[in-house]
Amino acid sequence: MRITQGTFSFLPELTDAQISAQIEYCLGRGWALAVEYTDDPHPRNTFWEMFGMPMFDVRDAAAILMEVNNCRATFPQHYIRLVASDATHGTESVVLSFIVNRPASEPGFRLVRTEEAGRTVRYCIESYAVQARPEGARY
Amino acid sequence: MDRATASTTPAATPRSMFESSGVQALLDQLDAELVGLAPVKGRIRDIAALLLIDRLRTEQGLQSQPPSLHMCFTGNPGTGKTTVAMRMAEVLRQLGYVRKGHLVAVTRDDLVGQFIGHTAPKTKEVIKRAMGGVLFIDEAYYLYRPENERDYGQESIEILLQVMENNRDDLVVILAGYRDRMDTFFSSNPGMASRIAHHIDFPDYSEEELMRIAQLMLGKLNYRFDDGARTAFARYVGLRRDQPHFANARSVRNALDRIRLRHATRLFALDEAPGRDALCTLQAEDVLASRVFGRPAGLED
Repeated sequence: MRITQGTFSFLPELTDAQISAQIEYCLGRGWALAVEYTDDPHPRNTFWEMFGMPMFDVRDAAAILMEVNNCRATFPQHYIRLVASDATHGTESVVLSFIVNRPASEPGFRLVRTEEAGRTVRYCIESYAVQARPEGARY
Repeated sequence: MDRATASTTPAATPRSMFESSGVQALLDQLDAELVGLAPVKGRIRDIAALLLIDRLRTEQGLQSQPPSLHMCFTGNPGTGKTTVAMRMAEVLRQLGYVRKGHLVAVTRDDLVGQFIGHTAPKTKEVIKRAMGGVLFIDEAYYLYRPENERDYGQESIEILLQVMENNRDDLVVILAGYRDRMDTFFSSNPGMASRIAHHIDFPDYSEEELMRIAQLMLGKLNYRFDDGARTAFARYVGLRRDQPHFANARSVRNALDRIRLRHATRLFALDEAPGRDALCTLQAEDVLASRVFGRPAGLED
């Protein structure tokens, strides 16, 4: 099951040229980009691991793409995303985030039903990959 | 669109392209604003020509690989290495070789860390900042310290080499330093020497060139020499050149700054309000008060 998180996730995988164009857009608006990765793609897992510091003062997309490729080489079977943050007063938060790498196979999520008092049923989802193996060995 | 117009007019000669691309104007501006430096200007002209011819070759479907433009500037102090590097970034952007055309000027401190594992991130950070533009490493020979085998400079050099090879399209590295020290640097880092295609030597300025530089500097600051001051300054340049610690254009700039100080003091001593003319004219006495005249050689001023 293909995970759809962040911008562009319903589109086919972005090519490097398309990623570069998106990075150029972000840099043009003065946003700082960061590379993040995880192997726990639960939708409520908002804090992914940082791959190095957010990149301030970078002027060209090639630098960010180089870091993305470094991350891909280190974690080929992880989810990797690019996060752009806007430091403008009043915004000061993430304004764009999109996935640039995903594992070859994504087993998806199962629905977990929990019986509560009074025949109440509580639902949650659980990733097959995450429950099967520990962190770092999931994909 | 560029391509379409060029293919319908096959008569476009390289020369006309040279003029229409704005490169000619840029080179003319370089000529006007930088005195002397013939080998440097020649090399910039060659690079510009190659990049234009490459564009023509692409239009004909011929193989065209962007040339490696990493450079090394060697020369004595004050011969304009940093100034030219600043210009080079702009020139390369106009020629379409680098995308952003900014210059990141660094020295050893910005590249080399202080403990194990500090150097690589530091160097990479600088490289990332310079991408799309020019990375200018001043006093590059300091990167390599043969006397300390545990020096982290070597690590920084290795990362640089890797980027210079793999990201050739993304950034241009310019090393600068004094001639003899750079030679030792290259002989102990052969990998670096072979990855740098352009070794440009900055010659010392002649007395006449130094005078023109002085005039240019004064012109920018809205000052001028009167006739007496001009001959006095020509004498000053001649004397100063033979003294130790002479740093070409930098010495000229320092001398002019001191002359301006003396000019200001002289005007201060006047009782009347100085006119516009007096405010911009430097006189012979301002120049002649320098210690260079009539003092034994070796004393700076």
